[in-house]
Amino acid sequence: MAKRIDVSGLNAYYGSFLAIEDISMTVEPRSVTAFIGPSGCGKSTFLRTLNRMHEVTPGGRVEGKVMLDEENLYGAGIDPVAVRREVGMVFQRPNPFPTMSVYDNVAAGLRLNGKHKKSELDDVVEKSLKGANLWNEVKDRLNKPGSGLSGGQQQRLCIARAIAVEPNVLLMDEPCSALDPISTLAIEDLIGELKEQFTIVIVTHNMQQAARVSDRTAFFNLAAVGQPGKLIELDDTERIFSNPSVQATEDYISGRFG
Amino acid sequence: MDITTQQTTAPPTAPGPAAPADKRAARGATRPGDRIFLGLSRGSGIFVLVLMAAIAAFLTYRASIAIGKNEANFFTSFEWNPSGVPPEFGIAVLVFGTVVSSVIAMVIAVPVSVGIALFITHYAPRRLGGLIGYVVDLLAAVPSIVYGLWGVLVLVPHMGGLYSWLDEYLGWTGVFAWEGGPARSLLTVGILLALMILPIITNVSREVFRQVPRMHEEAALALGATRWEVIRMSVLPFGRSGVISASMLGLGRALGETMAVAMVLSPSFDIGASLLDPGGGTFAQNIASKFNEATVMGQDALIASGMVLFVITLLVNGAARLIIARRKEYSGANA
Repeated sequence: MAKRIDVSGLNAYYGSFLAIEDISMTVEPRSVTAFIGPSGCGKSTFLRTLNRMHEVTPGGRVEGKVMLDEENLYGAGIDPVAVRREVGMVFQRPNPFPTMSVYDNVAAGLRLNGKHKKSELDDVVEKSLKGANLWNEVKDRLNKPGSGLSGGQQQRLCIARAIAVEPNVLLMDEPCSALDPISTLAIEDLIGELKEQFTIVIVTHNMQQAARVSDRTAFFNLAAVGQPGKLIELDDTERIFSNPSVQATEDYISGRFG
Repeated sequence: MDITTQQTTAPPTAPGPAAPADKRAARGATRPGDRIFLGLSRGSGIFVLVLMAAIAAFLTYRASIAIGKNEANFFTSFEWNPSGVPPEFGIAVLVFGTVVSSVIAMVIAVPVSVGIALFITHYAPRRLGGLIGYVVDLLAAVPSIVYGLWGVLVLVPHMGGLYSWLDEYLGWTGVFAWEGGPARSLLTVGILLALMILPIITNVSREVFRQVPRMHEEAALALGATRWEVIRMSVLPFGRSGVISASMLGLGRALGETMAVAMVLSPSFDIGASLLDPGGGTFAQNIASKFNEATVMGQDALIASGMVLFVITLLVNGAARLIIARRKEYSGANA
């Protein structure tokens, strides 16, 4: 189920502004890769190119190749809607559908895929909520609105919604930045469990978090404001945080800038 | 209370003589600007209530005089002869005409308006959307007398095709039977009203759809929703209560529209089985066309009918609020 991501020569633009330049990297299946770097370095933009969400922004466009195993996401004839069904995403702020119940939120993606059989949906909803470590907390209120949960629960609901459709890759854009430390811990534990099944890419501003949850870490940086963001280095997390090969990485993780 | 204590035990930097300072401190520190603005806004709020009460009192008083003298059943009678001996009048025809023409208007205008609003906000290129929005705004500014003129000079003579089509395929229902009379019927009025309320519903819906939080739309997109599915999953549910409010605004205008209806409809005091037959009447149209020549008693009877329209409008608004409140916990507002 989990697939390898292989990016080569990727540029992303907002209108005529080049936001990230010439990024190439490989993300192994069943691993967690963290993106760190100062604000504006393009790590979120890059993440959004991996499920073709970047082009949803007015003026957003992408050059280069993103291979998911053997398939180029930007190849001719590829439907971005189909890509997004294969590459799930969790956002910075929990965004359950406010008009839907807990159950309907989790089932939303399945219904998009044309699954409407009650028994089938029941099974997947339970499995996904258990997978997101949320089942015990919400099993008695599945028909209550998802927006009534706490922030941390909402974020786990969003994770349940994303994994319900069994994507190959799970992208997380600062999934804990709006959460308290306890909810953050719950999500981090969850990420550790989810990597058994999924390829996970997580953007985070919290370097301890990157160190805790990820196997590999990519450091992004930009030369100056208005310059495109670039991938500085990608290595095993342990190595990035102990003995990075680039001076800028060392400066960043030791808090000398950013 | 803490603030009060702090004020009274304030250091000697507090200006002014002791007595007024104490008095002011008891109410908490306020500044002249705050007090003036509080007075103005409180006054405006009370003014609305007083105005509403005054209108209601006026209507009730004059209406009760007329209804007291009425010999016919006010709600079921098809008569309108308040100056006769004995005075007889009823609102059945007006209720029917008003409700039917407004319902026709809503059935046509709401889906079209929602469609236009969605096109402007989610489909059209930005400049085209802006242009369409501007034209719709212009439509809202056209006076109703102009709609009335257009209705009677253009719409009425050109309804023949639609009428014969309806008669041919739906005539068997009776509701759409047509005997070839002039198209000055409730259906034509409903169509004209639909055009008149379309800009209001479109404008309000457009603003509501524009405010759908980006993150709700992205949630749907990231799940692999197509554009239509994004609209169905996040835009329409979020905009639902707003569209209902917009429709109620439109319905309010349709219920109360006077001039255009009076010009298009050929009024009569009966209820025909077919919506295509000329005749019928609405509250506002009836008041406008009869008020000038009415006796005092006739005026009071018209005021009584006006009060019923007032009550219907209140009920419609109340119902809309109930619909919105019923699913409040699911509304986008608490997200």
